Amino acid sequence: MKTVKQNVVKMAALLALTSSAFLATAADKVIHEDDFATLRGTAITSEPTPPPLKNEVDHKGTFGRAFPTQAPVVPHKVRKYQVNLKVNQCLSCHDRSRIKESKAPMVSVTHYMTRENHFLAQVSPRRYFCTQCHVAQDEAKPLVPNVFIDVDKLLEAAEAKKSAEH
Amino acid sequence: MMDKLKQVWRVLAKPSVHYSLGFLTIGGFLAGIIFWGGFNTALEATNTEEFCISCHEMEANVYEELQGTIHFSNRSGVRATCPDCHVPHEWTNKIARKMQASKEVWGKIFGTINTREKFEAKRRELAEHEWARLKANDSLECRNCHNFDYMDFTRQAPRAAEAHSTSLASGEKTCIDCHKGIAHHLPNMTGVKGY
Ligand code: HEC
Ligand code: HEC
Ligand code: HEC
Ligand code: HEC
Ligand code: HEC
Repeated sequence: MKTVKQNVVKMAALLALTSSAFLATAADKVIHEDDFATLRGTAITSEPTPPPLKNEVDHKGTFGRAFPTQAPVVPHKVRKYQVNLKVNQCLSCHDRSRIKESKAPMVSVTHYMTRENHFLAQVSPRRYFCTQCHVAQDEAKPLVPNVFIDVDKLLEAAEAKKSAEH
Repeated sequence: MMDKLKQVWRVLAKPSVHYSLGFLTIGGFLAGIIFWGGFNTALEATNTEEFCISCHEMEANVYEELQGTIHFSNRSGVRATCPDCHVPHEWTNKIARKMQASKEVWGKIFGTINTREKFEAKRRELAEHEWARLKANDSLECRNCHNFDYMDFTRQAPRAAEAHSTSLASGEKTCIDCHKGIAHHLPNMTGVKGY
């Protein structure tokens, strides 16, 4: 009799254990969307429908530069230009040999330099894939606010502060 | 053999006894129409995109590539099909192009381009034929849809208006000089003018 009772207790304990384990894994599986909200705006567990492709902007003239070493953004559409092992359509306008006809700005001299600052006759392989650094623009709303301050503004502010102290 | 031929020739050379001249003329005329119609029907049937891409080489390479371009899908919903760009509208030009195309069918049968690699290896040569043709006819097929006279430069992108109002307007250049690779991937372009 005693053994039967013991067995029942054992069984109950086992049942409780397994079911709690079950519950625990079930609880692990529930991922609340809010906990994982990311920049993409949807939970990490779901695949959102991508927004339609934006129309790239065709702008007349350069967009200028925010700092001297910035790679200038592209003021025209780039989607239709093929850049691969066989051909680089960007260079059909921006290469040294092409600018007279295309009236495009030449890629700067840095594009012809190797890592050791040697000059090459042709665009250096490390500058071959243009859109790695130069991006076309569209009218999209920025995902995060931009807190960049132009260095000229900083210098002006420092100057103003100095003259205020005196 | 020679005897048989001579016999046939004799029949053909003999004036007709059984049929009237009227029958022969009208019959010949009708047969001509039927033949002509059949010829043109065959011409039309081979002048569709379905025919062009019924050949695997075309479907897997150039058609696949065309789909990503503005000539396949755009805001206006106007589509350019293979014959729009590759087959002249004018009859004599069309026949000339078809005869050339027969050679391409030959290429199909003997498998000169039956893999992507073989196609890529041959692409420069094939592309050059098209460039030469479009250069020679002043980009006639492009102009069937894009009429220079109705281009409004003020509505074009700045770079486009600049190029079109100068070299194109003066006739110094034609569409294909500046717009290579608008429908398919380009081959290796080393040595091509403008690259
Ligand atoms: C059809 C000729 C043409 C092609 C092809 C072309 N560009 Fe341009 N690009 C121009 C012209 C012309 C300008 C100057 C635009 C202006 O000032 O209005 C320009 C401007 C630029 C600028 C801005 C330079 C500055 O100082 O602001 C960048 C960057 C650029 N292009 C990158 C590219 C890239 C990357 C590609 C290939 C994906 C490309 N371009 C293909 C003609 C071309
Ligand atoms: C590794 C990044 C990188 C790559 C790749 C690259 N660029 Fe640049 N590019 C820059 C930077 C940075 C500048 C500005 C500073 C300078 O001139 O070096 C620049 C400047 C330019 C300018 C302006 C030149 C001037 O003097 O106004 C043009 C035009 C340009 N690049 C075109 C291209 C084209 C076309 C390609 C592809 C063949 C390309 N770039 C590849 C980084 C890059
Ligand atoms: C069946 C008519 C048709 C034919 C033939 C045709 N096009 Fe087009 N083309 C169009 C249409 C439609 C558009 C897109 C118009 C739009 O919505 O902006 C277009 C757009 C273009 C563009 C603009 C590309 C862009 O990305 O903005 C160029 C360049 C062009 N065509 C060149 C050519 C050339 C070169 C040829 C001859 C080899 C040619 N077209 C033959 C109908 C045609
Ligand atoms: C001298 C060179 C040149 C010639 C010749 C030329 N184009 Fe263009 N075209 C350009 C350039 C540069 C652009 C703008 C950049 C691009 O689309 O690559 C352009 C853009 C276009 C566009 C797009 C317009 C837009 O607003 O985006 C169309 C359509 C077009 N061309 C059609 C033609 C047709 C059709 C012909 C022949 C009747 C022709 N082009 C001849 C240089 C040329
Ligand atoms: C908008 C015009 C246009 C349309 C539509 C078009 N082509 Fe082309 N095709 C060209 C031009 C221009 C070339 C010359 C090479 C180049 O510039 O890319 C060419 C080249 C080719 C070549 C030679 C190989 C190569 O890639 O250069 C083949 C094969 C070809 N086209 C087949 C087709 C077939 C099949 C279709 C229909 C699915 C088609 N084309 C639709 C304009 C067009």
